[in-house]
Amino acid sequence: MDALPELIQSARTAIAGASDLAALDQVRVFYLGKKGVLTDRLKELGRLPAEERRQAGQAINEAKQILESALTDRKAALETVALDARLASEAIDVTLPGRGQQPGGHHPLSRTLARIEALFARIGFTVAEGPEVEDDFRNFEALNIPPHHPARAMHDTFYFDAHTLLRTHTSPVQIRVMETQAPPVRVIAPGRVYRCDSDLTHSPMFHQVEGLLVDEGVSFADLKGVLDDFLRNFFERDLAVRFRPSYFPFTEPSAEVDIQCVICGGSGCRVCKQSGWLEVLGCGMVHPAVFQKVGIDSERYTGYAFGMGVERLTMLRYGVNDLRLFFDNDLRFLRQFQ
Amino acid sequence: MKVSQRWLRDWVDLAVSSADLAAQLTMAGLEVDSVEPAAPAFDRIVVGRVVDLIPHPNADRLRVATVDVGQAEPLQIVCGAPNVAVGMYAPTALIGAVLPGDFTIKKSKLRGVESLGMLCSAKELGLAEISDGLLPLPADSTPGQSVRQLLDLDDSLIEIELTPNRGDCLSMEGIAREAATQYRRDFTPLPVAEIPAALSDVFPVALLDPADCPRYIGRVIRGVDPTAETPLWMKERLRRAGVRSLGPLVDVTNYVMLELGQPMHAFDLNRLNGGIEVRRARPGEKLELLNGVVVEPDSETLLIADHQGPLALAGIMGGEISSCTEATRDVFLESAFFAPASIAGRARRYGLQTDSSYRFERGVDPQLQRRAAERATQLLIAMAGGQPGPLIEAVSTEHVPVKPIIRLRPERIHKLLGMTVDGAEVEEILRRLGMAISSEGNHWLIMPPSSRFDLTLEEDLIEEIARIYGYGQVPSNRPLTRLAMTPQPEGRVALDRFRTVLVQRGFQEAITYSFVDPAVQRLLDPNREPLALANPISADLAVMRTSLWPGLLKALVHNQKRQQARVRLFEHGLIFVPAEAGLLQEAWIGGVIVGAALPEQWGAPARTADFFDLKADVEALLALSGEPEAFAFVAAAHPALHPGQSARIERAGEPVGWLGALHPRVARALDVEGDSFVFELRLANLQLARTPAFRELSRFPASRRDLAIIVDETVTSGAIQSCIRQHGGELLREVRLFDVYRGKGVPEGRKSLALGLILQDLSHNLTDSVVDEVVSGIITGLAERFGATLRV
Repeated sequence: MDALPELIQSARTAIAGASDLAALDQVRVFYLGKKGVLTDRLKELGRLPAEERRQAGQAINEAKQILESALTDRKAALETVALDARLASEAIDVTLPGRGQQPGGHHPLSRTLARIEALFARIGFTVAEGPEVEDDFRNFEALNIPPHHPARAMHDTFYFDAHTLLRTHTSPVQIRVMETQAPPVRVIAPGRVYRCDSDLTHSPMFHQVEGLLVDEGVSFADLKGVLDDFLRNFFERDLAVRFRPSYFPFTEPSAEVDIQCVICGGSGCRVCKQSGWLEVLGCGMVHPAVFQKVGIDSERYTGYAFGMGVERLTMLRYGVNDLRLFFDNDLRFLRQFQ
Repeated sequence: MKVSQRWLRDWVDLAVSSADLAAQLTMAGLEVDSVEPAAPAFDRIVVGRVVDLIPHPNADRLRVATVDVGQAEPLQIVCGAPNVAVGMYAPTALIGAVLPGDFTIKKSKLRGVESLGMLCSAKELGLAEISDGLLPLPADSTPGQSVRQLLDLDDSLIEIELTPNRGDCLSMEGIAREAATQYRRDFTPLPVAEIPAALSDVFPVALLDPADCPRYIGRVIRGVDPTAETPLWMKERLRRAGVRSLGPLVDVTNYVMLELGQPMHAFDLNRLNGGIEVRRARPGEKLELLNGVVVEPDSETLLIADHQGPLALAGIMGGEISSCTEATRDVFLESAFFAPASIAGRARRYGLQTDSSYRFERGVDPQLQRRAAERATQLLIAMAGGQPGPLIEAVSTEHVPVKPIIRLRPERIHKLLGMTVDGAEVEEILRRLGMAISSEGNHWLIMPPSSRFDLTLEEDLIEEIARIYGYGQVPSNRPLTRLAMTPQPEGRVALDRFRTVLVQRGFQEAITYSFVDPAVQRLLDPNREPLALANPISADLAVMRTSLWPGLLKALVHNQKRQQARVRLFEHGLIFVPAEAGLLQEAWIGGVIVGAALPEQWGAPARTADFFDLKADVEALLALSGEPEAFAFVAAAHPALHPGQSARIERAGEPVGWLGALHPRVARALDVEGDSFVFELRLANLQLARTPAFRELSRFPASRRDLAIIVDETVTSGAIQSCIRQHGGELLREVRLFDVYRGKGVPEGRKSLALGLILQDLSHNLTDSVVDEVVSGIITGLAERFGATLRV
């Protein structure tokens, strides 16, 4: 029978030589298993004289601990090697594209509409909607545009019959809101509008956003404040904004709003026709005749309304140079706004 | 409206640059479209007088002129113009002059004869599009004088786009008043003297429709020379306003219209019969207009007639029968006021838009007619001679518009503008705009000038004050308000969420026209009669859509024709469905797909999208309701869809939309390539959402049993699943369909479905015997209902 030190030495050699976990386990069984070499020695302790028994037992237990620790270390080392090998074999090309569906995108006009709605929602405007096939009364008459008014000539209306038409602007939503809701009123009305006109710069269908605020103590100065704020936030620029007197039958005073040209910065270019200014909005204080049609006391309440062209704002914001692109729905165009 | 800046000096002394004037007018609400020079840049063009003229020795068409240009020696100039004559004054380009088109005048020899300059036509100076000879200059001009100076060519033409409320600015005088007010300069109305009658001739005028025409001024002028030359200064002013010179009679009426804003007409007196009647047209009447068109005016149309019949469409256009010609000697001049409502829309009805109708529609000053008639008489006599009779005035005073008196309160100014305007400032602005002002208590009483049809309310005056004071002076206030939250109903899914789901699933949003091709619509939705436009912009955009598919499929084809093999588009918007109770305008959301199920990629096999790919997209939308089980897909026929691949979608039994493969015949007709699939859903039904309600979680494990059953092909998966649920009771938590198999082991005409049944109880561990009982109940149910057998 070998002396313990030799046995430990030979076990150590066997442990170090085990090249994988299975071999290592065989070594463990050989020395420490139920019928292992060291286990046998422990069983034989009983045959030793009582005075030697304790010391020999101690020595065997120490040897056992040494081997267990060596086995644990070797096991950890072998596991690391095995894991490293597995990981190395599992390496992938992380630059390969991801699998599955790829997202599409919203239409650029929707994108602009969403931005406009979000900006106005923050200051308490809710979204109102109205029909697109509208009656003559709400599209024109209630807005102080009687039959044969010269302003009608500028609207190029699509008709179904003498009283039914495609709305030429989102302003009839003003009427619908005021017919059903008492002041205070604070709405925007986005939507499709239609005019019988089609060329490079006119589409028979386009989009507007109407705004209406009616309350006590509302003034032209408030209107200026809101639109100044809106235009600077929409374009995310501290651009110059000017209000220019104009005419709409349903507002008085009326104004058109110009912004400093976002293409040239105001120095003059083809887009702003060398003027340095771009017209982007129409607005004004709600005309007393409109209040009268919807039964609101114009002595007590005042209000403002504004309307903007969504296509125009989108073109200016993203530099789109052809109105017709919005309705061709060419994927090469749409994908630019994902 | 084209305005000569120099012309405005007849009323106001404005020594400002044209750019500044344009900016000021724009900011006063008269939007300037463009500013152009009245004449191209040229220099060294002087007045020349032809003192001698001899034939050219070597050319038949040329002549050799001796021209006095105010220098010591006259110049020898070769000229080819047909109208060159001894004694004529004409623009003469001296050596070194540069004409428009960068044409430099040099000393030259023409067919061997030396020429020391050039006699010029209006075209050569850039003053006309065409010329038929030299531009004759007035006989009182001085040889050597600069032609630029003589014709006052250092002028700017300002094109103004007027809003329809400013009829008063359709004249130089009106614009001049605006400019004077804007610059706070004195404005002097053009002085017009009364012309004493040299004859006693009058011509009767009867106002038969005094509401439409409350004032008509006429005048007989005898002995005019219609061939007299219109003076150059007037031709120049007409040219600058964009009006062609057509002889003295027409020129004078046009000139006065431009100058004062009063449209006028000159009749040949000798072609009039009996007297003038201003009246509505009578049935059957016909009139040949000056442009050669014959109209049959309706009973709403106002006519100028004589005792034999119609002479003119009042305020719109004169008639051929009474027009002035070169033979006219005696004229009858008309200067009338027609109420805007009597002219508005009438010109358009006859396809006409004239300078006259444009002004009357917007409102001509009802007090202007006498002054305009005197002015025209004065100009005409000076130009073409003639002897005037007295002014004839027919008037219905009660119908002449009355100037309103408007109360103006300082506090209202403040309330509307959000700022205080000094009282003296208010008065000055209104006075400069021609208003009469008085005050009563603490407010003003304002009477606008008769030319301002747009001023009837206090608000109108406040706008006048604001626009002259300057919109830029109004402060810009941040809103102050009483806030209230807006409801955010949880039971309604916001539209945005549907759109986001589709975008995340690879769809691009499209926006297509709401009007579509009737033929395409009929193909896709033949059972509904669409709403048709009375005046479509084109035949293929003539009816309102009853479905989103026509527009989406058109967009799909557009893309397929541009090498896009894989297209996924959706749109939301209104469809327009005529119904008995009236037109329904409903918001729907729809989509189309064609091509590969996934974008071409390395990690998934290429596969063409089919019905179930789009169904998954639709189910993702339905899931937003929080109760996808409320929806059912029912096999049903749709004229646009493949009869075997088409489902009506129902929510709680109510139809809410369609899903299916486009019918191959429809696809061929629309040029759609490949198998395409479409869906559309009514948003109102989709948007109803279940608000979540908590249910207790079970602490006990679930049991799963898998079944493979064989049924006839005709038995649907949906029917099997609902049968299983019905027999599964409360313990059955979930049914998972994980395979559908046909082939070996399954008889022809039958199919095998593999189902995973998941059972769980809230309060107990499930024992095998309980599970077995439930499953056997299900199997029995399936066998009884569908003849299902277990596959072994």
